Amino acid sequence: MFDWLANPNRFNKITEKIQPYILLIAITTLISGLYFGLFDSPKDYQQGDAVRIMYVHVPSAWLASFLYFSLAISCVFYLVWKHPLADLVSSSIAPIGALFSALTLVTGSLWGKPMWGTWWVWDARLTSMLVLFFFYLGYILLSNAFERKIDGSKTASVLAIVGLINLPIVKFSVDWWHTLHQPASIIKIGGPSIDDKMLLPLMLMIFALSFFSLYMIILNVKTKLIEKKCEALLLKSNLEEISKIG
Amino acid sequence: MNAKYRRLFITIIIILTLGLATKLILMALEDNIVYFYTPNDLIEKFGDTTNIQNKIRIGGLVLESSIKKEGEITIFMITDRKKEVKVVFKGPLPDLFREGQGIVAEGMFQNNNFIASEVLAKHDENYMPPEVADALKKNNVWKGDSN
Repeated sequence: MFDWLANPNRFNKITEKIQPYILLIAITTLISGLYFGLFDSPKDYQQGDAVRIMYVHVPSAWLASFLYFSLAISCVFYLVWKHPLADLVSSSIAPIGALFSALTLVTGSLWGKPMWGTWWVWDARLTSMLVLFFFYLGYILLSNAFERKIDGSKTASVLAIVGLINLPIVKFSVDWWHTLHQPASIIKIGGPSIDDKMLLPLMLMIFALSFFSLYMIILNVKTKLIEKKCEALLLKSNLEEISKIG
Repeated sequence: MNAKYRRLFITIIIILTLGLATKLILMALEDNIVYFYTPNDLIEKFGDTTNIQNKIRIGGLVLESSIKKEGEITIFMITDRKKEVKVVFKGPLPDLFREGQGIVAEGMFQNNNFIASEVLAKHDENYMPPEVADALKKNNVWKGDSN
């Protein structure tokens, strides 16, 4: 089944059809999410307008975690089934996940200064999120650190799978230990403790960033496939050249 | 067993082993990971505040009508509704600081008084517009500020 899905030609054919729709959904949800988030949603009773940072912060944090999970699963497929497309998918996810984890840290910091009174504290949630960011960076650096591409891909995939341990720590840190960061508001026992008018832009932004990520990942994979084809063609023409001379 | 499933099996074993190792490390380091103690935690863990020599963080609610200001110095009680600790702090307080608010104070004990060097506001997980907050308070179903 995985071989069926992982055929590059089939991948190109299928994504060609769905890509415009993905982009359309991403753009419409982003525009409406930003409109509701910035203009048509109430201030918070304590945070005032600073609550609007949440509409970027929370979707970024969710995506940073979810994309890391996808990255690690794709690395498992690469190491176990050795399919080269799985490696292309992992390396396409990594920069986008790194971007979202950086965005989470920056927006959180911007919110922390006026609300908590500090840019940064070393509590369990903030620290584990920073570790997640470092795992992304480690994966990207390691996969490009070897002479032979395949060595880099294998080593980086092992690192990515090790980093999977960090995900439950990010998610549950606020429940397992006392942290300065507040506990979960949306996925919790007893339903969300967030007003419906604030939940709407939050959900729209989650959709927007998810579809944006999906679009970017497909685009990255396609670019990498074309790169590979170019390399193969170049190699072939070089070989022909050599055989003519010889 | 073919090679694919052997590799899958090894991967799963590695993840489980690392997970277990991480859990043990986190359990051993719990004292360092916990960002703050509540007043009740302190008594349970150290017995008496005179036993605490190091810098420490206490978290809890600002006890109602316990705030006293003397110039730059603010004196108030932190409570977890079981035990209380008297805090003395000199300096600017965060905007969210007020009665019933969850806060975290960092500092050291001196004769049963907690001399704080930093006070941070702790935000809770409830998000709502001011009208909703007022309505909840009016109808006595207010559950906020519980952290």
